[in-house]
Amino acid sequence: MPDPATRPVTNPLRVNVDLNLCQAYAQCCYAAPRHFRIDGREALFYDPAPSAEARADIERARISCPVQAIRVEDPGL
Amino acid sequence: MRAAGFDGPLTILGDEPYRPYDRPPLSKHVLTGHLPADVTQLPSSLGDGVAWRLGVAATGLDRDRRIVRLADGGTLSYDALLIASGTRARPWVHDDEGRLPGVFSIRGRDDAAALRTALAAGPRHVAVIGAGFIGCEVAAVCRDLGLPVSLIDPSPSPLSRVIGRTVGDPIGEVHRSRGVDLRMNCEADRLEASDGRFSGVLLKDGTRIAADIAVVALGAVRNTEWLEGSGLSADAGGVDCDEHGFVIDGRGRPDPFIAAAGDVARFPHPLYGGRRVALEHWGHAVAQAEHVGRLLAGEDRGLPYAAVPNFWSTQGDMVVKSVGLTEGADAVAIVHGDPKERRFVAVYGRAGRCIAAVAVDSARWLPAYSRLIETAAPFPPDAPALDRPRKSLDIRDPGFA
Ligand SMILES: Cc1cc2nc3c(=O)[nH]c(=O)nc-3n(C[C@H](O)[C@H](O)[C@H](O)COP(=O)(O)OP(=O)(O)OC[C@H]3O[C@@H](n4cnc5c(N)ncnc54)[C@H](O)[C@@H]3O)c2cc1C
Ligand code: SF4
Repeated sequence: MPDPATRPVTNPLRVNVDLNLCQAYAQCCYAAPRHFRIDGREALFYDPAPSAEARADIERARISCPVQAIRVEDPGL
Repeated sequence: MRAAGFDGPLTILGDEPYRPYDRPPLSKHVLTGHLPADVTQLPSSLGDGVAWRLGVAATGLDRDRRIVRLADGGTLSYDALLIASGTRARPWVHDDEGRLPGVFSIRGRDDAAALRTALAAGPRHVAVIGAGFIGCEVAAVCRDLGLPVSLIDPSPSPLSRVIGRTVGDPIGEVHRSRGVDLRMNCEADRLEASDGRFSGVLLKDGTRIAADIAVVALGAVRNTEWLEGSGLSADAGGVDCDEHGFVIDGRGRPDPFIAAAGDVARFPHPLYGGRRVALEHWGHAVAQAEHVGRLLAGEDRGLPYAAVPNFWSTQGDMVVKSVGLTEGADAVAIVHGDPKERRFVAVYGRAGRCIAAVAVDSARWLPAYSRLIETAAPFPPDAPALDRPRKSLDIRDPGFA
């Protein structure tokens, strides 16, 4: 996954995962590998502010999460 | 309130100059440099449908006139008020030492950005004071960054005030094996300076740990000073609420126009015999806000707020999660996995009932235990999730100091 630290903070999407709910099923990582990653056994790391181009991947990740832990705000939709 | 159908004017007041942002990454991926501090602004459906008054603190509350007094001299009147002023990092005991360059604590995103800058500069040694959740997370980040770090706490093992020594010891072993210099049973006494900068921690036993960065992680203090003189029952431990979330005055009478939620709210929890608790958990802030939002929007009171407390903490690549509250536990049993493999679930019992569970890298099992806690199921627990015969469970003293 690209280094989120270097991407512009003005990116429009806002992503937040409820890590109490997350059970590290990693479906989001398959759907949007550039924006979700599992470290170790179950430490989810995700990009909270993806770029507009990632919209389709992020939406696929949101829908594929079996515990519906992913919230997305997309003012562009 | 919006979700519950309230469409009148809403004002959100906050003393920080920022829209609401997520705090958990501040002690994790912001410190490692994976995320800049300013990208954690939270998704919100509110948009411009509310009036934001940011960078302005509330300084007083007049319940008779139903106004909030503001630091800029103004006032804000209300028909309904939510108190959600949260907590701040407990400062180091000696103010002058706490202000030394090189001494940090983390509550807000500016704090995290400043500490990130200091860690990125490659300090020679970091001293973390307090081995609670945030202290453990910071120590783990230091090791991820290859920085030498000491984790100092008077308790016998990390997190032991919350999870007890029996479960805290194996977690301490994980940190030790990752290279953290664990200084348990050690109390920090003074932060020393040289040339006007922090230079080391002096322990009560006379030992000195030379370090160029100190992270003070001594827990939190509730932001309730602004409620002084309001007649509400409030102190550094929170503002007291009734079972629904309405705040109460010094004589225990609820104020039907004011609710509280999140870290600042102290409320009677039905799962714990109505004992008043104040929780510093992200999930609780979300769930209780939804509950009182419905009340303030005018919905019927219904059942008291009774969500099972839950929490996660990411320490390096280890995930520690908990459900329930361990306070008062008289027994603990490992019901899944093995602490030696850094992968297990521990269930806590009190007077023969399940009251809490802690999972290390075993999140999938936790919902089953959450249900046992919700129903105060007998301890030691039976199926659904046991991976060993109940009678072979090793039941131990949780080891609270
Ligand atoms: C570094 C860090 C890491 C964390 N990690 C985790 C984690 O991994 N898992 C987990 O479950 N929880 C974690 N938490 C806890 C979680 O972030 C809190 O439970 C949550 O932020 C509580 O939300 P809140 O809205 O009640 O209070 P807060 O987030 O504290 O918000 C209160 C706001 O009110 C403002 N305020 C205070 N007084 C006034 C005033 N007089 N006038 C106007 N505004 C005022 C404050 O400045 C603040 O902006 C962490 C917290 C921190 C600080
Ligand atoms: S799909 Fe959902 S549960 Fe799985 S790792 Fe992603 S957020 Fe977590």
